Amino acid sequence: MATPVPRFREKAQVLDDAALDRALTRIAHEILEKNGGASDVAFVGLRTRGVTLAQRLAAKIAQIDGAALPVGTLDITLYRDDLGLRGAPLIRGTDIPFSIKNKTVILVDDVLFTGRTVRAALDAIIDLGRPKAIQLAILIDRGHRELPIRPDYVGKNLPTSRRESVAVRLREHDGEDRVVIEEPEEA
Amino acid sequence: MGWTRKHLLTMQELDASEIVLLIDTAASLQEIATREIKKVPALRGKTIVNLFYEPSTRTRTSFEIAGKWLSADVINFASSGSSTTKGESFIDTAKNIAAMSPDVVIVRHSSAGAAALLARTLPCSIVNAGDGAHEHPTQALLDLLTIREKKAHFDGLHVAIVGDIAHSRVARSDIHGMRKLGMTVTVAGPPTLIPAFVQELGVKVSYRLEDAIRDVDVIMMLRLQHERMTNGLVPSLREYSRYWGLTLEKLAVHARPDVLIMHPGPVNRGIELSPEVADGPYSVILDQVAKGVAVRMGVLLLLAGSRGEAS
Repeated sequence: MATPVPRFREKAQVLDDAALDRALTRIAHEILEKNGGASDVAFVGLRTRGVTLAQRLAAKIAQIDGAALPVGTLDITLYRDDLGLRGAPLIRGTDIPFSIKNKTVILVDDVLFTGRTVRAALDAIIDLGRPKAIQLAILIDRGHRELPIRPDYVGKNLPTSRRESVAVRLREHDGEDRVVIEEPEEA
Repeated sequence: MGWTRKHLLTMQELDASEIVLLIDTAASLQEIATREIKKVPALRGKTIVNLFYEPSTRTRTSFEIAGKWLSADVINFASSGSSTTKGESFIDTAKNIAAMSPDVVIVRHSSAGAAALLARTLPCSIVNAGDGAHEHPTQALLDLLTIREKKAHFDGLHVAIVGDIAHSRVARSDIHGMRKLGMTVTVAGPPTLIPAFVQELGVKVSYRLEDAIRDVDVIMMLRLQHERMTNGLVPSLREYSRYWGLTLEKLAVHARPDVLIMHPGPVNRGIELSPEVADGPYSVILDQVAKGVAVRMGVLLLLAGSRGEAS
């Protein structure tokens, strides 16, 4: 049946809860600065943790600016270039209950690695309409890009080796706010 | 629990978690129908063949739309106007189509087991779109998705399936699916149209419409095929309609106010369903059709989108 998933152990903590919160606060300010305010800005989070981060960024902007920005959920499974290589796809659905036409869409994800997920997300968003612009907000940029994609907002640049993995743990899913680097146990 | 099957042949062979995975996948894909651009690239470069040996509007069209919305290339093969009329056998036609390397063949045939026969013979994935009076799994899946959307759960629901149970592949697939998900099923119809030993499938039997529809959550009306009358199974359409046709009056007297009326189509208006019921507030018949596209997208995606692991 399925090949056993390699077990990972924690190697180092990268962000604690206070540092994670500061990074999000800074990104919220940068979004407002870069776009000259919050008008016509909308968030689209990538399932699962990107959605949570997008909701937190929207809440921060509501505190700073008073603007209630819409947050949508994007499932990019149908757009993956490795669909079929990983066994049966699990579709959890896209839910973007607003028009993205002429909006500045801030695409949010937890970790930026090869860039292939973002490539798929760009295709998925453009299939839904023609936004004015798409900007990319990422909590952890771990390098190793395979496509010409760069983020507009970064929480932390984190040089990693390919065999390591970055785990973003968020209160809503994991009971804690923390980012750690993990390495395979049999190493 | 992931999807590991290569074919979708019956509801009987699926377990409850596989049925729920299919329904969940379909539910997530429904959103595509509301988009301005109804297309996602998931099955780009995949070839799907509709191999239909029996007439069909809903099923063939909805498989075709489902494949196209997922960006697959869909080819329709109808037995009329093809080499079948020149005497080619079913298996030879199928082998010739398989030689053109499709990824999925969707088959409807009047013989039970036709889809299973192709699954044993052809190298590609096979979807059973109806084989004789045996099974029609995607119809059962869309019925289940419709029920879940309206009732929010399955467990403990009671469904009455009414009409020609003996010749209905829809009834058979529905019974398997509903029983696995914890629903109670009553089948009802004139004794000539109820198969012997149907209780073996875990259903109750009723020979009176008024009893069967009392206190059920869902009434599934089946199409009465006109040829049943010429075979002497039903005395006349008028008599069938008087005893087994569902009217607003019978619903008001015997059924619950929140009952759902379903029908796999095509409806014989005025025979098994009065037009007021078919178009009425209880009816979810057109919801079923809309769900059919989502269900078939889900099935195609799970079969053709996972070639890496399926065996």
